[in-house]
Amino acid sequence: MLPARLTELLDSAPPGVEEALELTDGLDAVLADGLARPGAQGTAALEDLAAATGSTPLAASVRAAVDAVGSGRPTGPAPAALAGARTALAGAVHDALLEQADTALGRPRDDLPESAASPAGGAGGADPALEGARSWLAELAVAGWRGIDRDLAAGADAALAPLLEDPSRRRLAVLIDGLGAELRAHCPLSGEADPPARRWSDLWARAVLLAQDASPAGPGAPAEEVSGRLLPLGADVHEHPTAFQVQVHAVLEPSGGDPARLVRAAASAPKVDVLTRESLWGLLAGHSVLLGALAGHHALEVAGMPLLHGGDLLWDDERARPGEPADRFAAARLHLEDALAPAVPPLERHPARIAEPVLLEGYAAKKKRSPAPGLDLDLDGTRLPVSLHRLPESSSLDLKAAAASGACIGLMRWDAGTGWSVQPLGVAAKKAPASQTHTADWAMGPTDPKYASALKKTDPLGTLRERAGRLLRK
Amino acid sequence: MAPHAPGPPSTVPLVPPVHARKLTKVPYVELADGRVQGVVSSGSAGERVYVSSVSAGSHALSCATNNNRPCGGLGGAPCKHIRALLDEARRHYGAERVAAYLRLDPDQAPEAALSALSGPVEPGPTGVVFTRFLRYLSYLELPGTTAPLPEMHWFPAGRAL
Ligand SMILES: [Zn+2]
Repeated sequence: MLPARLTELLDSAPPGVEEALELTDGLDAVLADGLARPGAQGTAALEDLAAATGSTPLAASVRAAVDAVGSGRPTGPAPAALAGARTALAGAVHDALLEQADTALGRPRDDLPESAASPAGGAGGADPALEGARSWLAELAVAGWRGIDRDLAAGADAALAPLLEDPSRRRLAVLIDGLGAELRAHCPLSGEADPPARRWSDLWARAVLLAQDASPAGPGAPAEEVSGRLLPLGADVHEHPTAFQVQVHAVLEPSGGDPARLVRAAASAPKVDVLTRESLWGLLAGHSVLLGALAGHHALEVAGMPLLHGGDLLWDDERARPGEPADRFAAARLHLEDALAPAVPPLERHPARIAEPVLLEGYAAKKKRSPAPGLDLDLDGTRLPVSLHRLPESSSLDLKAAAASGACIGLMRWDAGTGWSVQPLGVAAKKAPASQTHTADWAMGPTDPKYASALKKTDPLGTLRERAGRLLRK
Repeated sequence: MAPHAPGPPSTVPLVPPVHARKLTKVPYVELADGRVQGVVSSGSAGERVYVSSVSAGSHALSCATNNNRPCGGLGGAPCKHIRALLDEARRHYGAERVAAYLRLDPDQAPEAALSALSGPVEPGPTGVVFTRFLRYLSYLELPGTTAPLPEMHWFPAGRAL
């Protein structure tokens, strides 16, 4: 990315973003105190929300929800309508930001085909497995973040039970489990503590939508099957107490000679809290072709791999084989300028989902102490903050490696309040560019001898699996 | 209504991290329902396990086999199972968090306060804890998926700085 374009990106928020966030904050304040007692200020905030969505397809349902909360009946369809309004606001912010990023990166973006623009509903009819999730989420909203006690927080487990077994409901299950763990750790909030209102409302609104009968179960039909050479750029690693996901960002060179495209490939597994750091990658051992390419830095040849609208490959090791050695920085230099980025499906439009691959070179990494300890990449005087909270512990890519880097493949991220930042996926040392550190270097086992021997000694996954085998399959 | 603050960036996870540890002796430990509780392998009989707990505030102690036979080693002081449970809880969560959860004397160093802990013996929630252990293990029996889970973008893997 050219420094001048980066300056433009960092200096100006797109029009409308601030207004949308203000409306969102107003709703979040109501969710903090509870729909049961919006108060005068909350009522005003809800009126603003109804006015702002007044000319959208959501108008009638938001109006009804605001009236219902005002007259003390905040249940029924009200939570879903409010979650819908919040999601629409987030979608507008997302669109403005992504367009701004695409302009800065000079990135061409695919259009969503007509057929995928309005998401197909679920299989039809009510799914009883969603009932428990909906009522727990409604209870949270009525009580408000400040009013959640230990029992209500623990209600996540019951809401989850019917969802866990069904892989097509995994998205809702990991979300409820992740939110539940945070509520259990923090609720009831101590008297003067402010709830993390924006975060919990984000998670809540998304869960409410995923718990609607109309929400599609599973990933939906693949748009097409693709073949060609896949060049991994890096791995975005996600973890909460009971889930681990690796999302690989890659460039696909289609075999027919069509232009290169940006795609992603994910693999995830349920886990338990104590499986962390060196024992995480073992959870994905069933995807050894994908993990082997990450650890071994080579390309992949894929044949007939399903690709969803939105750029996600439905990874299947059987449809891939290892290719030639491939340097990530070389792949990024060759393709990141021109590769076609995927369209974003309607319900995926949220600023937290923006993760645009970017190659940064020729910067000076500068540590800073205030307002909090951090790291900036200084590109000709423009400072891009590094998202230090996104450097996974299950890798050797730590602050030290990032601070000593001279080139970086990363993801552009945006968060309300902090703005744009870069999440490193891989770095090359400034003094020795051939020395690289990537987030997925441990994909086939820790490359740091200290953690490799710790893993050998403790083998937590093996120990627990052995217990599970004995106790659960009696 | 309290003045509204949107809080920290919405993509910073808020569950304090736990630490890797060896799981053969104490496969399960948790801070839940106002107790430090977990499952401890029996020293002798291979299959048998003990369910042990310490209550926050009262520091009531309980220990029994998963078939609800009371532990013979439990008197006014913690038995070896409760000792092992507290040792592993310390590794898992850190001594400070465990001591704070149990509401131990804040003027004492957490490690010392945990070592000196004692309390009345009470019947414990043996069945509940053992069921929670089985539920915990069941996560490892659930199949993984390669369908994307976009919700995980709110849970980036990170490290303590
Ligand atoms: Zn005992």
